[in-house]
Amino acid sequence: MTQSNTSAVDYNFNVVRQFTVMTVIWGIVGTLVGVLIAAQLIWPALNFDTPWLTYSRLRPLHTNAVIFAFGTSALFATSYYVVQRTSQVRLFGGKLAAFTFWGWQAVILSAIISLPLGYTSTKEYAELEWPIDILITIVWVSYAIVFFGTLIKRKVSHIYVANWFFGAFIITVAVLHIGNSMVIPIAGMKSYSIYPGAIDAMMQWWYGHNAVGFLLTAGFLGIMYYFVPKQAERPVYSYRLSIVHFWALVSLYIWAGPHHLHYTALPDWAQSVGMVMSIVLFLPSWGGMINGIMTLSGAWHKLRHDPILRFLIVSLSFYGMSTFEGPMMAIKSVNALSHYTDWTVGHVHSGALGWVAMVSIGAMYHLIPLLFNQGRMYSIRLINVHFWMHTAGIVLYIVAMWISGVMQGLMWRAVNTDGTLTYSFVESLTASYPFYFIRFLGGVLVVAGFILMAYNMFKTIGAKDGSLKAIETA
Amino acid sequence: MMEYGTLRGLIALLILALFIIIVVWSYSKKRKSSFDKVANSIFEEDDVLKEQTMKNDKTRHFDTDSKQETNNNV
Repeated sequence: MTQSNTSAVDYNFNVVRQFTVMTVIWGIVGTLVGVLIAAQLIWPALNFDTPWLTYSRLRPLHTNAVIFAFGTSALFATSYYVVQRTSQVRLFGGKLAAFTFWGWQAVILSAIISLPLGYTSTKEYAELEWPIDILITIVWVSYAIVFFGTLIKRKVSHIYVANWFFGAFIITVAVLHIGNSMVIPIAGMKSYSIYPGAIDAMMQWWYGHNAVGFLLTAGFLGIMYYFVPKQAERPVYSYRLSIVHFWALVSLYIWAGPHHLHYTALPDWAQSVGMVMSIVLFLPSWGGMINGIMTLSGAWHKLRHDPILRFLIVSLSFYGMSTFEGPMMAIKSVNALSHYTDWTVGHVHSGALGWVAMVSIGAMYHLIPLLFNQGRMYSIRLINVHFWMHTAGIVLYIVAMWISGVMQGLMWRAVNTDGTLTYSFVESLTASYPFYFIRFLGGVLVVAGFILMAYNMFKTIGAKDGSLKAIETA
Repeated sequence: MMEYGTLRGLIALLILALFIIIVVWSYSKKRKSSFDKVANSIFEEDDVLKEQTMKNDKTRHFDTDSKQETNNNV
């Protein structure tokens, strides 16, 4: 692994390599914890009667690991790579870039330790306690300095659209994290939110939904706008559409949060605003999806030979699917059926495993050979196997959750003629068991796919420089 | 002093107008060629890279994107 002497510009690929390798490692860890808690829902004895392994403590560990360890490492890696390549300058900040890597790994390690110990602020996707929140803020501000510093010293006049999405993601996540983490500390690992009651709930879902909108969407759209054209070897379908897509997406997403609080103490008008904004959001979402998929227009045949491209394009199909499903579920009458059921869980995973994970995996398979001076991955066949395992895993997962969720919603709302409930909660739980098992199988496939990816990655890294030659396809 | 509700309404109109301006600007015929150039810019550096490496080191392999096609239909 020689230094980045592969180009005229002395790029800082070291930090990109570190984040790339950790993306794959955290991908395994995060999904493995997910499979464990999926298994606990079928076989509760799997918590081994230890508080550290209870579902309630491992579930936030799973979400934090996949979003902030796996997903955000992928974003660090790709944004640092893309901003350098498209700006044609070395990463700004020198050691500060290295600090963002080690700082972020420290954040992840503190989550892995503190969450099983039971330290939690109880805010979904923001469970980490205040000392860790402060560390996150420091690392994130450093990230912003490195990223925007690189943009400022760029050698080309235009800022390529991928960087706009990365930039929006970095700024907004900083605002969301600081806004939602405002607390009064009362002990080393204990604090209370400064917001009261329904306001706290609104702040939480303003944060929560925009974590989805800006971290899990805008950031990964940045990946899409660079890696899909690169892998397809064609420019993006419409650069004009990408500009409209950007401004429409960033100006609309921020209002959609209240749809997480339908039929709660939140004022009715705020619920309705959230619902309407969520429905409008369908337009920019599909604009972006069409822009990505149509990049392949006239070159669809490439999908037949290239499993990396397949990962990227199928990720966009899942993106389209879940951004259609999302606005539907935000409609109050639909939400009355879907909320608190497994349907929500299925929706999240079609977005997380389908869109976020697949576009990241595709980008990683594109990046790994470039970063380690190879022409291709160690085994293209294994990428293909990974693709099918991952896809089959997601399909098993989301179909099981759809059926289970709709069934739960219908059972919970069923009433007898005298007004009493037809089913007890336990009856709906018993009815869900077969689907929990199917979900577990899907999860196992996803984890196994990640392990295959790690094997392929280490074989590629370990190979002699330049020994893996790119395969010319007709 | 303007009423708060009126002010908010005006801000909403202003943002809508801004958005329409962005759409008109990005779809104006004058900008088409420069946007096409930008869309292709992610492939440029690879050509430079390729030439340089040909000169410096003939054995080393690099991923290049010399085969890119254009997407001129939109």
